Amino acid sequence: MALLEVNNLCISFGGLRAVDDFNLTIEKGQLYGLIGPNGAGKTTVFNLLTGVYKPNEGRIKLDGNDITRKSTTEINHAGIARTFQNIRLFKNMSVIDNVKVGLTERFKYSALEGILHLGNYRKVEKEMDFEAEKLLKVFDLDKEKDILASNLPYGKQRKLEIARAMATNPKLLLLDEPAAGMNPNETKELMDTIALVRKEFDMTILLIEHDMKLVSGICEKLTVLNFGRVLCQGETKEVLSDPEVIKAYLGE
Amino acid sequence: MSSFLTYLISGLSLGSIYAIIALGYTMVYGIAKMLNFAHGDFIMVGCYIIFTVSGALSGNSIVGIIVAIVLCTLLGITTEFVAYRPLRGAASPLAVLITAIGVSYFLENLALLIFGADIKSFTSVIKWEGLTFADGNLRIQGVTIVTIVVSLVVLLVLQLFIKKTKQGQAMLAVAEDKGAATLMGINVNNTIMLTFAIGSALAAIAGALLCSAYPSLSPYTGAMPGIKAFVAAVLGGIGSIPGAMIGGLLLGIVEILSKTYISSQLSDAIVFGILVVVLLVKPTGILGKKIQEKV
Repeated sequence: MALLEVNNLCISFGGLRAVDDFNLTIEKGQLYGLIGPNGAGKTTVFNLLTGVYKPNEGRIKLDGNDITRKSTTEINHAGIARTFQNIRLFKNMSVIDNVKVGLTERFKYSALEGILHLGNYRKVEKEMDFEAEKLLKVFDLDKEKDILASNLPYGKQRKLEIARAMATNPKLLLLDEPAAGMNPNETKELMDTIALVRKEFDMTILLIEHDMKLVSGICEKLTVLNFGRVLCQGETKEVLSDPEVIKAYLGE
Repeated sequence: MSSFLTYLISGLSLGSIYAIIALGYTMVYGIAKMLNFAHGDFIMVGCYIIFTVSGALSGNSIVGIIVAIVLCTLLGITTEFVAYRPLRGAASPLAVLITAIGVSYFLENLALLIFGADIKSFTSVIKWEGLTFADGNLRIQGVTIVTIVVSLVVLLVLQLFIKKTKQGQAMLAVAEDKGAATLMGINVNNTIMLTFAIGSALAAIAGALLCSAYPSLSPYTGAMPGIKAFVAAVLGGIGSIPGAMIGGLLLGIVEILSKTYISSQLSDAIVFGILVVVLLVKPTGILGKKIQEKV
């Protein structure tokens, strides 16, 4: 059974069909790319998958469970985590606290225990610290754990966003233009990070990207969107040599 | 000199009460991004509960305070659930503001209906006489000391809660970016509900202290302290917890000192005048952060 199954997804804003008849199947463990010209509806697809927008039509199934029309929080609990095109870390919080926010829903103690610092509070907080530090170590951010997220250099902020998403223990990770604004060195490092996430966590990843070097370098399968519709879908190599795709990107 | 010190201390005490109320305002604003104008009336409800329960138990005010804290917490949660939550997605933030004013009038008139308009005399919940210093020249009342100590404890517990617990961190995350927080699995509804619960519990504590220091109770008891605590929260920088504390203390001291040395009729005008001046000089309040512009 596929991990993610999207059937006939549609959404309109006013008279504009932003996404029309969108289908996508991602198998467990795949690294899947979603590409297309600006304004093609890629981020809209991410917003539909994570429940930020509710589709007019269509079904989204994660691991066999229907998650269409669930709230963003429920979808996260069901197993989808994401990063953002323009980084949305909690800037006024420390690096480790950002990761701990991602961990919040997986660890339980009551607010009363928290206020009084009694009961399970100490034990659970210790477990959360341990878990957060373990994650930061994987992403090589453990030395910066106490500084404010906004004081991290750009590349590391991107990394921290991935670490925070991983803290929610997802089945599927969505990366929205992870290489945006990066220089070639940083992009190279990002590719290593993505490879690391796959290796360490056995993660299924769907990413939006414009950087063709990154896309052709790491994605196994691609879907190309153009004007809200699927233009082409398949193995990376075949898709990138498709004349329709080249036309959409470069014009005639 | 000792009389100045006495006034200063009583200003500090009044300011501590404003601070506890202001904490409720500022938390709700910081996290839910709304002004709960009914917050002052939660104080009044708390006072009536203490008054009724203590009366029924022939003066056992400890039970009264505990019952008031529990019921005010429930009142806060219910108000949020019934009146504010359905409007959270509303197109205009004015909708929920007007509703809050409606809730305020509703509570005042409900109290009027149940308890009548006559002013009840409230028996102080603090029986301690207080301390005397400098051969009897400086006397500090028990209620004053208790008020100041309680407000400091409340501030400390609240700071620790927000900085050191997962619920507190979730509050900060929601305050900063509600959308990103929900996508990280934070339940925003529960987080906001908890904020209201804590703010309302604080209102009950503030009510017990307020009515012990100024022992008269009417349906409008909470209105003026509520407004002044709102001023204190804005003065300190709304959304900031230490700001609410500083704003509250400052306001209490200014009010008592201007009542004593300038004019008791003018004191409120001076208090609100200071708000206008501070906002002209520093619109975000004393500890308020600059609003980040999106690039």
